[in-house]
Amino acid sequence: MSCRCVSRFLNYFQRGGMKLELSKVVQGCRLGVLIGIGKTGQHSLELPGCLLYTRCATVPHLTQDTLHTLTYLPAGAQVALDGLAEHHEVLEEFKEGVRKFAGLHDTALFCSLHDPATNCPTGHVTNKTVSVWGSGGRIEMTAARFIAMQAVIQPDCYQSMADGETWQTNTSRKRVHKAVNRTLAHLDECLTLHHKTPQLKHTEVFGVVEGGDILEERVRSARETAKRPVAGFVLDGFQSAAMEQELRGQLITAVTAELPVEKPRMLQGVGRPDEVIACVEAGVDLFEGFFPFQVTERGCALCFDYNVTPDPEAAALSPPTVLELNGERPAVEDPKQNDVGNTGTMTQFEINLKDIRYREDFRPLVEGCGCYCCKNHHRAYVHHLLVTSELLAGVLLMLHNTAHYLGFFRALREAISHERLQDFKTTVTKVDFGGRKQLH
Amino acid sequence: GLSLGKKGAVLRDPRDSECPVSKARACVLKLPHGAVNTPVFMPVGTQGTLKGVTVAQLEELGCQICLGNTYHLGMRPGPELIEKANGLHGFMNWKRNLLTDSGGFQMVSLVELSEVTEEGVMFRSPYDGREILLTPEQSIAIQNSLGSDIIMQLDDVVSSTVTGPRVEEAMRRSIRWLDRCAAANKNPHRQNLFAIIQGGLNAELRKACLDEMTKRDVPGFAIGGLSGGEEKDDFWKMVTLSTDHLPRGKPRYLMGVGYAVDLVVCVALGCDMFDCVFPTRTARFGSALVPWGSLQLKQKQYAKDFQPIDPECQCATCKRHSRAYLHALFKSDTAAMHHITVHNICYQLTLMRSVRDSIIEQRFPEFVRSFMKRMFPSSEQYPSWAEDALASVNITLD
Repeated sequence: MSCRCVSRFLNYFQRGGMKLELSKVVQGCRLGVLIGIGKTGQHSLELPGCLLYTRCATVPHLTQDTLHTLTYLPAGAQVALDGLAEHHEVLEEFKEGVRKFAGLHDTALFCSLHDPATNCPTGHVTNKTVSVWGSGGRIEMTAARFIAMQAVIQPDCYQSMADGETWQTNTSRKRVHKAVNRTLAHLDECLTLHHKTPQLKHTEVFGVVEGGDILEERVRSARETAKRPVAGFVLDGFQSAAMEQELRGQLITAVTAELPVEKPRMLQGVGRPDEVIACVEAGVDLFEGFFPFQVTERGCALCFDYNVTPDPEAAALSPPTVLELNGERPAVEDPKQNDVGNTGTMTQFEINLKDIRYREDFRPLVEGCGCYCCKNHHRAYVHHLLVTSELLAGVLLMLHNTAHYLGFFRALREAISHERLQDFKTTVTKVDFGGRKQLH
Repeated sequence: GLSLGKKGAVLRDPRDSECPVSKARACVLKLPHGAVNTPVFMPVGTQGTLKGVTVAQLEELGCQICLGNTYHLGMRPGPELIEKANGLHGFMNWKRNLLTDSGGFQMVSLVELSEVTEEGVMFRSPYDGREILLTPEQSIAIQNSLGSDIIMQLDDVVSSTVTGPRVEEAMRRSIRWLDRCAAANKNPHRQNLFAIIQGGLNAELRKACLDEMTKRDVPGFAIGGLSGGEEKDDFWKMVTLSTDHLPRGKPRYLMGVGYAVDLVVCVALGCDMFDCVFPTRTARFGSALVPWGSLQLKQKQYAKDFQPIDPECQCATCKRHSRAYLHALFKSDTAAMHHITVHNICYQLTLMRSVRDSIIEQRFPEFVRSFMKRMFPSSEQYPSWAEDALASVNITLD
């Protein structure tokens, strides 16, 4: 048995199940595997990676059989208390946890506080409580209720209760300081209650790092959280809407410097491919997978190139990139021109299939994509479905966008592994505003 | 089997699979995109899609034929584009059979009608307000572009609640339009034009229509002008009158019928093919069809009901999900609707398969009896029209 096998074998029997195996660090990017997740330690997540985004434990628009047309699914999925809190009583009576309740496939389940694709109203956080938002309105919870919820959800891992509202409004230093303190207090209380809860015997807790945009608070939060016996860390308050990437990168770098190397770092609310790469460089391992859903909701399809030829000398002989094959210029010169309503602004990584230019386009969404949508349908059909407001549009786009996004993460891991990170970044972000960068 | 088109070959003599008691038959239709077992329920995919369900799921459910709407598709995306995409089959990537209606019914039910003349139906487009004239020739031209395996004549549709001379006028005109449609069909060998029997609830007019239309050598006949709000007692009498005078060797398509009881009774009366938006539409409201009625899954009573919709159902939804989960999911995501849609289609197709098997195995009357027993809590609640209709074909319920 190799050393690695032995450690996995031993780990299988350790109750503190989850373990991060780092294989490489390149330009700040950590490459590795998170193993030992789940009741019998059967799940492992490749890092950097993303969790499958769900609403009430269903990937939006997708029944299980359509979901499983995807060949590569991440080993972890995310649920949020926003979507589940109102079902507390039902889950309590059901007794066997939300994964079984939902008929979800055998995947590791991570439970976050909030749904990353929904904007929740702010201003309801107190010293002792946080609030989540279900279909019937606000649900307030103390640490006790929070843990009781986790006990009926039975995830494999959850983020501790946290005060993260600093990102949604301009917050004072005092407020940020309070958020850090509250979050630490909640963590301590949650950990105490957690260890008294038998249903959570096989469940891990992630501590949450707060601190808004104030460096000292971020560092303090990171250091203090790292002192607690948590299995990993959630970085909160860095959501895309809240902060410019440059500042985010600096703060995350400072935070991860304070965190133990051998524990995973998950970042909430960031999903754009360029921001993902920058945050991986700053030391993040795990992301929420909500971005494909947002793209779907605005009737768009991810199409950005992420293929980097493994051998630079073969580049001249390599087949044309995905976008070159499609003979396409980016559909968006300036994304601000293409605000598609409250589903967020379109990015340079996608095409807007509602656009009339796709009406007679009989090519797949992305040439060479192996997803169900691209293997079976063309752009003109999806365009038609969008124009006629047909439900199937959401199904097909969700399948494609998920497949494309997961492909991006696979390619990112490969790029780190082959130390081709610069080329990878250029490839992914080269579809630029104002056409400064050339497609070569 | 039933012969369709001049090249259709008979697969099996219909007399082998006829119910000796009632007028029910079980046949095989040979169509360009595969065989279709009858009796058959055809789900409706109005705009080239079956509301949230992929063609792979539809195939998996065993669907052999479904519907597209000429009116909707003719408006968006239009026949020229669909032709470029290799017809509706190519456009939506459905490899099995398609039936398109003529567009006539939508115009009566959906659109502000300007006028019906001998020329065609004049209506106002809901998208740009333009006046459009749909003639028999144009309806067939659009359907030729769509490339569906069964196409419907343009008929002069009047509501079944209308009485007076308009009914006869519409019936006579429908005969003339049938001939125009047949003349206009560019692809008679691969697109099977069905006639539509009209005549409202007037037995004489319907008989006159039957006499005339059966003189034409069309591949099949639809029974039209019914299931539009008329009394059930009148409805079934017109159905059985129609099947009495339609040729045995050609399929009978009863348009717009889809409730389970109606399907079973009308099979007994001699109908082979049915379509209806009801099962797929009601699914989106959270209504799941079961052999004993329907479950309104959005209701609170299902919040903690951990069994599947129907423990005996083999669909993907029932094999994996509970009523409680579907109830919860309706608050969060559209997938809830898709789960029920899949289930309801499975329910309809399974029902038809069971009907068919019972006819082939010469036990259709027993099937009808046990079906009704399961559907209604007691025999007092059997709808009297259904009892009468079944009695008229020698099937007595307990």
